Amino acid sequence: MSEQSAQQMREVVDSVYRNESRRVLATLIRLLGDFELAEEALHDAFAAAMQQWQRDGVPANPRAWLVSAGRFKAIDSLRRRARFDASQTELARQIEADNEEAAPGEDEDVEDDRLRLIFTCCHPALPPHAQVALTLREVCGLTTEEIARAFLTTPTTVAQRIVRAKAKIRDARIPYQVPSRDALPERMDSVLRVVYLVFNEGYSASFGESLTRDDLSREAIRLGRLLVELLPEPEAMGLLALMLLHESRRSARFTSAGALILLSDQDRSLWDIERIAEGGALVERALLSRRFGPYTLQAAIAAVHAEAPSADDTDWEQIVGLYDVLARVESSPVIELNRAVAVAMHHGPAVGLAIIDAILERGDLLDYHLAHAARADLYRRLGRNGEARIAYRRALELTRHQQQERQFLEQRLKELPG
Amino acid sequence: MKYLCLVYSEESALHALPDSPRDEECLAYAESVHESGRMIAAEALESVQTATTVRVRNGKSTITDGPFAETKEQLAGFYLVDARDLNEAIQIAAKIPAARVGSVEVRPVRELVTSERPEDAPLAQNATR
Repeated sequence: MSEQSAQQMREVVDSVYRNESRRVLATLIRLLGDFELAEEALHDAFAAAMQQWQRDGVPANPRAWLVSAGRFKAIDSLRRRARFDASQTELARQIEADNEEAAPGEDEDVEDDRLRLIFTCCHPALPPHAQVALTLREVCGLTTEEIARAFLTTPTTVAQRIVRAKAKIRDARIPYQVPSRDALPERMDSVLRVVYLVFNEGYSASFGESLTRDDLSREAIRLGRLLVELLPEPEAMGLLALMLLHESRRSARFTSAGALILLSDQDRSLWDIERIAEGGALVERALLSRRFGPYTLQAAIAAVHAEAPSADDTDWEQIVGLYDVLARVESSPVIELNRAVAVAMHHGPAVGLAIIDAILERGDLLDYHLAHAARADLYRRLGRNGEARIAYRRALELTRHQQQERQFLEQRLKELPG
Repeated sequence: MKYLCLVYSEESALHALPDSPRDEECLAYAESVHESGRMIAAEALESVQTATTVRVRNGKSTITDGPFAETKEQLAGFYLVDARDLNEAIQIAAKIPAARVGSVEVRPVRELVTSERPEDAPLAQNATR
């Protein structure tokens, strides 16, 4: 075997790994009934491919070849262990018998396996941070190091969360299945929450904090696309639309020095038209279903912004209307705050300010920096600079760790006259 | 009169102290109560790490990781059920009427291990079906 052809084969296997490894893993988990065993089998299957494909050529269906090789490797490895532990013999036999009819092949089965994997990783019986780590590891194929870097924690912590989650899946018997129709809405919520969390983690990443965080948004959008493709529920479309519409503004959100730019001040020619079009079309599809929820409504709001040529030419009336519906579907103080900002744009700062003050007087959002930043901005627009200054300072106190937000608020504070 | 005897312990110490019971001893005692005709049911539980809590509010069930943690709630009853997997157990738990006002902790039963049984229970059974 020449050096060159070995190199070529490595490239072929690498590319199959990139495109197929998660699908192969999802199917192996179903066939073997165990995450660890499936991961080991996946690894062994690719190692075998490296050797055998070089000798016999690349098979017509590499995915089916890998699943079948992985399954045999797993049975082998259980047999080897059976020398020390008799229960493994039974297990190996069972897997062998079970799988005769469940052999891999049809694309549809494979896609079902991927959906099973997503629902299992996002099972609400797992701790939320473990759902995120497990999804990124198993569904997206990120390494524990990559996940740790993205969430600013240590690989050991991430690995521990994953190990505990897998132990719970095994010991509490969390099944590897797409939930039944009546359980679907709630379970879908949990999946969408994980995907949105991954997205936000990447999107709120500060400038220069590292490219890995941008990658998280990309992974989230990829997951969102996969969900829409596999299970086109309105809220899955709504979430994908929301992510695309946010993402469309990425390059307009920061100055070259890394300072935050508000939506109203962004250079809209930098917005990504393709993403806006794709997001807008998804919003429409989701709205037409009449079974939409909070993600679709937030996406619809983002779409109205995306269509506006400037902040002043935005259809604020429609945005306020959408916030009204959103507040009915999912009432939360943060949604009320966002609605207040939209009302301020439509009916003037004083009206918006009164709504925010009412939220704060109720005792909500007292420690939420954006509530104080919004108040400061409205005071500034009303020319009440003393009160604006106090509110900016309060917002600053609450943003000790968010570098960009601080810079932005300090800049505004400095610009206040007198 | 029927009585429910609840066993509490600090999980990390349960199997680690000099006086900690071995599974054989627990089985033997359960057997003796059974022979006396007074046993209805007895089970050991898996670790608290395997717990899942189910609550139903306004007709919507919420599932969270971990045991229930409200100190103002007291144990009010129990169901011992045989379910295919955690999802089925959760479905049953969510329909317990008291789940609308309280919370239901769902925890798998642990099979006690005697010396002739291997430590790991087969893991593939549920997932391959």
